[in-house]
Amino acid sequence: MNQQQKKEAEIFATQIRIETLKALGHLGFGHLGGALSIADLLSVLYGGEMKLNPQDPAWKDRDYLVCSKGHAGPGVYATLALKGYFPMEELLTINQGGTHLPSHCDRNLTPGIDMTTGSLGQGSSLAVGMALGQRLNHQDNYTYLILGDGEIEEGQVWEAASFAAQKKLGNLIAFVDWNKKQLDGYIKDINDFSNMDERFRAFGWDSFVINGHDVEAISDAIAHAKSNPDQPTCIILDTIKAYGCSFASEIELNHHITISAEQLASGLAELEAHLAKVVAE
Amino acid sequence: MALVLAAENVKETLEMRKALCATLTDLASSREDIVYLDADLYGSSGMKPFAAAFPDRAFNVGIAEANMIGVACGLSAAGKTPFVHSFGPFATRRCFDQIFLSGAYAKNTINVIGSDPGITAAYNGGTHMPFEDIALMRSIPTAVVVEPTDTTMLKSVVRQLADMRGVHYIRLKRKNAITVYDEGTTFQIGKSLTIREGNDVTLIACGIMVAQALEAAQLLHEQGIEARVIDMFTIKPIDEQAIVEAADDTGALVTCENHNVIGGLGSAVAEVVVKHTPVVMEMVGVEDEFGEVGTEDYLRQRFRLNAQHIVEKALKAIARRDA
Repeated sequence: MNQQQKKEAEIFATQIRIETLKALGHLGFGHLGGALSIADLLSVLYGGEMKLNPQDPAWKDRDYLVCSKGHAGPGVYATLALKGYFPMEELLTINQGGTHLPSHCDRNLTPGIDMTTGSLGQGSSLAVGMALGQRLNHQDNYTYLILGDGEIEEGQVWEAASFAAQKKLGNLIAFVDWNKKQLDGYIKDINDFSNMDERFRAFGWDSFVINGHDVEAISDAIAHAKSNPDQPTCIILDTIKAYGCSFASEIELNHHITISAEQLASGLAELEAHLAKVVAE
Repeated sequence: MALVLAAENVKETLEMRKALCATLTDLASSREDIVYLDADLYGSSGMKPFAAAFPDRAFNVGIAEANMIGVACGLSAAGKTPFVHSFGPFATRRCFDQIFLSGAYAKNTINVIGSDPGITAAYNGGTHMPFEDIALMRSIPTAVVVEPTDTTMLKSVVRQLADMRGVHYIRLKRKNAITVYDEGTTFQIGKSLTIREGNDVTLIACGIMVAQALEAAQLLHEQGIEARVIDMFTIKPIDEQAIVEAADDTGALVTCENHNVIGGLGSAVAEVVVKHTPVVMEMVGVEDEFGEVGTEDYLRQRFRLNAQHIVEKALKAIARRDA
């Protein structure tokens, strides 16, 4: 990733945060924290890493993304809208009756959403099946899987992890959004998974921790994963829940929060200022 | 619709699982989308010949049923048509949320084969004896639920399901069924077969209870009572027309199932009857009990899933109707 690409990725990540906040702010509540913490990852994936075609969301030769932490859907929707999958105005319909943008990802409702998720853990097996299907179809595509750090408490994640390694699915690249918190509190206080890279390695994967808010590090990590065709990779993203939006990141239990008009304004001002700074650099 | 009944209802020489394997292997030879997944039960499912013929399209996910369902649904999203197998309770109860959400809700296609239904789990006992799988699977919106009666029907049903999209449950007796049909019979998912005519009472059965219902009809005939026998092999979507006609014609129905009477065939028939033509109904099935170990014959007596009990219930239904 050169300096220009890095700058573009940082701009895109900030735009994703802005549009996510606007959408959930319009609604007045939502899973803002876990959507903002993966914005840098979404920027790298949709900014150039993934093979995709916004004009043809069902393009057969596209890469797949499974956002298994389905409640981060609004972050993915903002990304898709910015890429032109559907009009930006639709972001303001999130969670309204009849919307194409439900609280959790639904492949049958939203152009560009490759898999339905929401019951935590299930996206892992689905992604394994999709990666396996790409291989059976003789496609050189990748399946990307985004897991929550609380989500990996689900046993199904580990059933899938074991089988992915058994099948040597090098075309499966997973990420854990290690933002340290689940709905009820800190992961370490509930069911400590702090050594998750070790756990994935023990299951036969390549796995390592990077700064999840560093687009260059994310890009390099994906390149590293792609250099390993016979082993799935899990990249642990060290992140901050609601990163980039101080009013939300300062709330301790910020899995699902309400957003007042004042909070929305302050969050947008902060993100717009950051955007202007990145653009000016 | 053609119906060719077997001359005698005797145990088939071909096991159901062998018919399944032969059908899927034949299908897979002309269709690259057919894939098969098992959860460490190739030795039980009889699918080793399929795996030998198509090693790249046969997967053993190990003892991890939830993952198996999810992987199959992911394969469906990538254009495949998966068939998956485990014993009935583990293919349904254990991974219900995966079938419900990764499968039906996400509009993926998955053919779930749950073997050893009800008392046919025999020596595996209560832990392996599903009396609730029909209830679970038919509660899933859009799901199709079938319980094939014999190998002739099974072969046809599997081919039809392979051409359909969505979540399908095949409740499969693995070993030898009692033959009811001969080649030449045509089967259509969602349409029952009336395999014995009669206007005094109607016996509506599925699975291993079809043969028991035929035996009961013969016993009733010897008492001068002519029972209609309907093979309701598709429990969902159920054949409402056949049920309403039977209710109108006979006014007395007896359902016969190798399943809990709560949520199974009896419930499904009752839902139709109360909406369209309220008539007297009796149910032969498991009376809200868990399974237990024993031979199939022992368990048939233990849970009263036999012709004698069907006769009793038929006589009771007729008496109630005529009271």
